[in-house]
Amino acid sequence: MPPYENHEYDVVVIGAGGAGLRAAIEAKELGQHTALVCKSLLGKAHTVMAEGGAAAAMGNVWPEDNWKVHFRDTMRGGKMLNNWRMAQIHAQEAPDRIYELERWGALFDRTKDGRILQRDFGGHRYARLAHVGDRTGLELIRTLQQRAVAMGIDVFMECKILRLLKNADGAVSAAVGYWRPTGEIVTFGAKAFVLATGSIGKSWLYTSNSWESTGDGHAMAAWAGADMIDMECVQFHPTGMVWPLSVRGILVTEGVRGDGGVLRNSEGRRFMFDYIPPMFAAETADTEAEADRWYDDHINNRRPPELLPRDEVARSINSEVKAGRGGPHGGVLLDIATRRSAEDIRRRLPSMYHQFMELAGVDITAQPMEVGPTCHYMMGGVRVEADTEATTVPGLYAAGEVAGGMHGANRLGGNSLSDLLVFGRRAGLAAAEYARGRTVSTAVDDGLVAEVVAEAEAPLGRDGGESPYEVHSALQQVMQELVGIIRTEDELVRALDELDTLDERARKLSVSGGRAYNPGWNLSTDLPAMLATSRMVAKGALERRESRGGHTREDYPAADPELGKVNLVQRVDADGAFTLTPEPLLEMPDDLQALFEEAPH
Amino acid sequence: MAEVTMQVWRGDTAGGDFTEYVMPAVEGEVVLDVIHRIQAGPAPDLACRWNCKAGKCGSCSAEINGLPRLMCMTRMDQLPEDEPVVVAPMRTFPVIRDLVTDVSFNYTMARQVPPLKPRAPEADGTYRMQQIDIERGQEFRKCIECFMCQDVCHVIRDHEDNKARYAGPRLFIRYMELESHPLDTDDRRELLRQGMGLGMCNITKCCTEVCPEHIKITDNGIIPLKERVVDASYDPVAWLGRKILRRTKRSAAEAAAEAPAQAAPTWVDAPGPADDTAEGPAPAGGGPAPDA
Repeated sequence: MPPYENHEYDVVVIGAGGAGLRAAIEAKELGQHTALVCKSLLGKAHTVMAEGGAAAAMGNVWPEDNWKVHFRDTMRGGKMLNNWRMAQIHAQEAPDRIYELERWGALFDRTKDGRILQRDFGGHRYARLAHVGDRTGLELIRTLQQRAVAMGIDVFMECKILRLLKNADGAVSAAVGYWRPTGEIVTFGAKAFVLATGSIGKSWLYTSNSWESTGDGHAMAAWAGADMIDMECVQFHPTGMVWPLSVRGILVTEGVRGDGGVLRNSEGRRFMFDYIPPMFAAETADTEAEADRWYDDHINNRRPPELLPRDEVARSINSEVKAGRGGPHGGVLLDIATRRSAEDIRRRLPSMYHQFMELAGVDITAQPMEVGPTCHYMMGGVRVEADTEATTVPGLYAAGEVAGGMHGANRLGGNSLSDLLVFGRRAGLAAAEYARGRTVSTAVDDGLVAEVVAEAEAPLGRDGGESPYEVHSALQQVMQELVGIIRTEDELVRALDELDTLDERARKLSVSGGRAYNPGWNLSTDLPAMLATSRMVAKGALERRESRGGHTREDYPAADPELGKVNLVQRVDADGAFTLTPEPLLEMPDDLQALFEEAPH
Repeated sequence: MAEVTMQVWRGDTAGGDFTEYVMPAVEGEVVLDVIHRIQAGPAPDLACRWNCKAGKCGSCSAEINGLPRLMCMTRMDQLPEDEPVVVAPMRTFPVIRDLVTDVSFNYTMARQVPPLKPRAPEADGTYRMQQIDIERGQEFRKCIECFMCQDVCHVIRDHEDNKARYAGPRLFIRYMELESHPLDTDDRRELLRQGMGLGMCNITKCCTEVCPEHIKITDNGIIPLKERVVDASYDPVAWLGRKILRRTKRSAAEAAAEAPAQAAPTWVDAPGPADDTAEGPAPAGGGPAPDA
């Protein structure tokens, strides 16, 4: 056995976006020897791209707001597939987590009386998003990063984890990975691991996700035997850039609509009025006049249909484009120029202004933006216990996007940043308590390590195989075309066939160059996780024969009440195959159930 | 079909040189798109950093035609036509491979910043701050840590040994952000003067010119910071007076309600850049930070 670099900790957190940082801070605060391991440099994780804000019912703008309203909005937005307990904890604790960031140095935009200002977003009844212009994610990650650094948490940057290993008791006790700069193998032994690895979006062609979103945590949890739920529930954000082609998919914040922007088709019509679903009809304006009054008076007017939940808006845009009423580059038009002053736009949406000016040559204070759906967020993920974020595998916790349940079938904008904070903290806390005083064998099994290393290294020594870039590109085509925003049985079956072929191709890759900072090799080690998560998405999508939230079946366009009562649970069996079982949702207690019987407005 | 000629620096710590790649021109592309096409084609192992591809994460900094730029925000059609596009790694930091440099200097300096020490909150446990009072701090918090201001700073670009006692523009605006933070009660001026080399900056404003976030690093950050440090240095009695006055305004209960105790900042134990080589090999961006 080659002598690999090994590190021993109480708690190892994998992923240093909002959830990972918050988990590590909590574990460290509780006195546990804690490491934070991330694929990129610290502060570059995907959280940095979040724009609009963090949802928390602080009631600073609308005193009528409270956790119950937030809870109700979240559940309805998620089409009731959510883990109700997570949605409750989230709504109750989000304000504390925001105030805590302020104590750590975050500078949120203010109300006139000096409190944290809150902005409107889709699906939220009241203006609820704490924000900093349209760069809230940067503020959040920087605040947490600076806190983590000040606490002296050990950070392993540019370190990719390949696999989790279990000890003889069946608990996760080690992880194997490599340093990207050198390519050298490194192992971690720990009493508890927290997965905070974010999303899976890089398997689609048009995505707002960065190269890091390769589903590492989703796949590693599944390979370690954890239950995965509702993997078919992928969010396509309604507004990504569509032109130039090279920036297609880059996010355009929902804040544009929250701050007054409207969607129009090529005929100039605000088409969202044509797509108000019955579930939200009672609380959605049906005239432009009422919708426009709502921005100043939420009590006596109903909300504009542009602020319906994301799944509704994304599908509507898709339909308009399909009907031939799209813009010049296959999107629709998002107009804020005629709605707000140039000064307001530049002040409230500075990054959007620069993004369009510099990348597309479009001045959003004078012209509309052309936008279309882009793969954005993974609602499905590792099944966790709501209060502790414990997975079904001992010693393994999951928080943030890698965890499933919180957002059901569709996430509301702004609920992700608050999710990171609330459940990142709880995961760190539970992992620390689990680790405290526990003696766990963290001895790394050399044989298992050798297997993982051999698999990762294979493409480096192989001649004549395919390039990982080709297989990745083929995967993106398959997922974009066959497992996209609108799905059908035929296409999903084809997708699963194609994934079989891609699995084969991925086993025969060749990579040129050495181990040190070799993106080709790095991609070859990301592909197994991308393929595994893509398979779970396609399999779940095939089995969920209904349309719900982010999952839309052309052949089953309605929601099926029976399927609305189950999670689709996927597991890896002893032979490495994925199995799928519908299992009942947690039952909601009567007092919370009653919230859904009230008048909606 | 129109073509673009890219001259990309390839190499590692042992040395390197520019390699030319001729690629088809594609409408609307940025430099990073062409780099990605080179990776997917002729040079699969071409190393570069990137994440967001939207100017928000500050990962893809490089020197394009001699100027520090974000590759993701530099459109090919804004560079001179009919000339090769020259892409090199940031020169101030040691190269790891190709366009990737070891930027751990910045992280080492960041570890030495004494964190926010907030005053006691209002009776309801939260704070009131006016928008106008936080706008200066918000300007500095726009920083995406692309480290291009550090890259162009003469103090360290041409004088490697200065890195031991000079924090650089990125960190100076971090200090200024804390100094101007409405909640902060700490004083970092002596540290800035003695340990962080603030006096070595000769305000040539190169940092401001390259900032992709258009932060007025020199005018709004470094110059006001220098003024504050000079005040403290020339008139310590007056400074002490202000400090005591501020302290006595706080009740014991307020002091007790302060944020939870911070771990001892690394700079207390290790003034100057921490020895980063204690644990294992030193990969890019430093290895594990020493546990305080």
